[in-house]
Amino acid sequence: MSGATTANECRPSLARGLWALTYRELKKWLKDPVMLVMFVLQPLIWMGLLGKSMNIGGLFSANNINLPQQIPIPGNVILYPSGLQGVVLNGTMLAQMFADMGSNIMQNTFGVTDYFSFMAIGMVSMIVMTTTMFSGMSIVWDRRLGFLDKVISTPVSRVAIIFAKILNATFRAMLQATVILALAYLLGLQLSGTFTLLNLLGVYAAIFLLGVGLSSIFIAFSIRSTRMERPMQFISLITMPLMFASNTFFPTRLMPDWMQAVANVNPLTYLTDAIRRLTILPMDASALIWDFTYLGLFAAVLAIIGIVLAWRYLTR
Amino acid sequence: MTDEVIRAENLTKVFNKSLVAVDHINFSVREGEIFGFLGPNGAGKTTTINMLITVLKPTEGKASVLDYDVVKQANEVRKVIGVVPQEYTADEDLTGYENVMLCADLYGIPREIAKKRALELLELVELTEFKDKRVETYSGGMRRRLELACGLINRPKVLFLDEPTLGLDVQTRAATWEYIRRLKKEYGMTLFMTTHYLEEADALCDRIAIIDHGKIIVTGTPSELKDSLGGDIITIAIKENADVTSVIKSVENVKDVRNENGAYRIKAENGEVTAPLIIEALRKSGYTVTRLSLTEPTLNEVYLEYTGRAIRDMEESRESFIAHRITLRRARGG
Repeated sequence: MSGATTANECRPSLARGLWALTYRELKKWLKDPVMLVMFVLQPLIWMGLLGKSMNIGGLFSANNINLPQQIPIPGNVILYPSGLQGVVLNGTMLAQMFADMGSNIMQNTFGVTDYFSFMAIGMVSMIVMTTTMFSGMSIVWDRRLGFLDKVISTPVSRVAIIFAKILNATFRAMLQATVILALAYLLGLQLSGTFTLLNLLGVYAAIFLLGVGLSSIFIAFSIRSTRMERPMQFISLITMPLMFASNTFFPTRLMPDWMQAVANVNPLTYLTDAIRRLTILPMDASALIWDFTYLGLFAAVLAIIGIVLAWRYLTR
Repeated sequence: MTDEVIRAENLTKVFNKSLVAVDHINFSVREGEIFGFLGPNGAGKTTTINMLITVLKPTEGKASVLDYDVVKQANEVRKVIGVVPQEYTADEDLTGYENVMLCADLYGIPREIAKKRALELLELVELTEFKDKRVETYSGGMRRRLELACGLINRPKVLFLDEPTLGLDVQTRAATWEYIRRLKKEYGMTLFMTTHYLEEADALCDRIAIIDHGKIIVTGTPSELKDSLGGDIITIAIKENADVTSVIKSVENVKDVRNENGAYRIKAENGEVTAPLIIEALRKSGYTVTRLSLTEPTLNEVYLEYTGRAIRDMEESRESFIAHRITLRRARGG
């Protein structure tokens, strides 16, 4: 028997293998009701507790500032707010003035007048980040269960094996982002005047780019690993710095210089900025183009590194 | 042209530059036979199989399947082989049918052919009734059969089975052997399997290679291996407290006598004929035989002879086996 005689009907195609492997993971995920509930609950809790409890807008409201009935002015003169003719400075007006100042501060700092809208978008970024990291690493489980070896022994394209993981991670992230955005809207997220449903496509595109970049690097990181512990540890180590050294929860403008430097290369900053500009902020095309260029480069470079490493180490 | 389906030359795998799992082994598997790798856990069986199915790259030496080199023509190899791994790799959350179809997608078998074949294969392994049930509800035997169905979806020319009955109970094991025999008959495949169950190697394999510490110690058909021991084993006990080794040795056809705690273990050709002669000789010398047993050599004896280890050393519980394997995997994964 020689090799030439073996006619074979196997026509492994990249698209079919890719879809079969991605579909498997998504189906696994969607078939698990507990996971699904958790997946809705997690962002809800974060957003509800963190977003609503950190009522930064409230800091500057009249209720929060105890306005005195009398305003002492240096020089032993007492100014009675309502006593002077022509000057309308009663308590209500003062309160209004402070409130206006407050929303000005909010507007200048966060770009919107309520912190919740600002933070809810940060939440989307955060969930996208953690989801893509974790689902990239499910390759460790596949290896442990022997599934990965079985797949490697089939003629399916090696690129499909890696890319199925990446796609699965980004699809999940997109779904989660949709749920968070919808919930945030119900909880009072204020969309900007320039928002249209088409902008959502831009949001998905941005999530896709970050997802591809982050998950490829995590797949490459965990491809040789047979244990979950090390990658998990790594994730919890870098999640916090990535989250706080970015504009996720607070504008970078007010951070110390060294932190701004980190934030300026942190892809999370660009994702958050892009989504904010597409939803709660007025449209600014040039800023958006810059965001997408950065995210695109990030995705391309990391995907290439990830795939090369994965390719190299898939077969041990 | 050759009828050698699998060939390995100096095949070697070293993990982490120090752990030699497979050490320069040479063997060939002929078309249509069931070739078995027999050896204890950690002997290098799975590592060998993984090199042949292109999951591991050999450190040294080469191997080919149907004349395709496992490294240079890995993708061609993958198309013509089927693999039934040691682990249950079917997806717990999918149904049996979905799992078989997933395999079909990986091989890129045209959809219509795949659907028809998946149903045929599920019928063959008697899972038709359960095909739409999630795999998590399957028993061990059913899962193993599902793995068989998955491994056959591309009509492989060579099927690799890694410990096909590991962890199954005795009845299920026998039933699985039956499936394997039937598969071989229906599809006319060449089978390469590993096992650490002697009776399995004996019952299924046309030829066996005994492997230990990464090296092949001996290769042959089960009966060749048994014959190589030089005959049957007669065990005798006598009433008197005396050493009768020399008396027994004087009997014709007796090849070897060992005194094991008062019982004599005798290796002899034509055991049925020789045993009465030994009794006669002992009686003439004034001894009384109290017990006698005659066993034809089993692979157990073969194994003992070649590796110096009894089979019970290999028979571990499933738990300790899995623990062992995880340790090994970690070592490999590094």
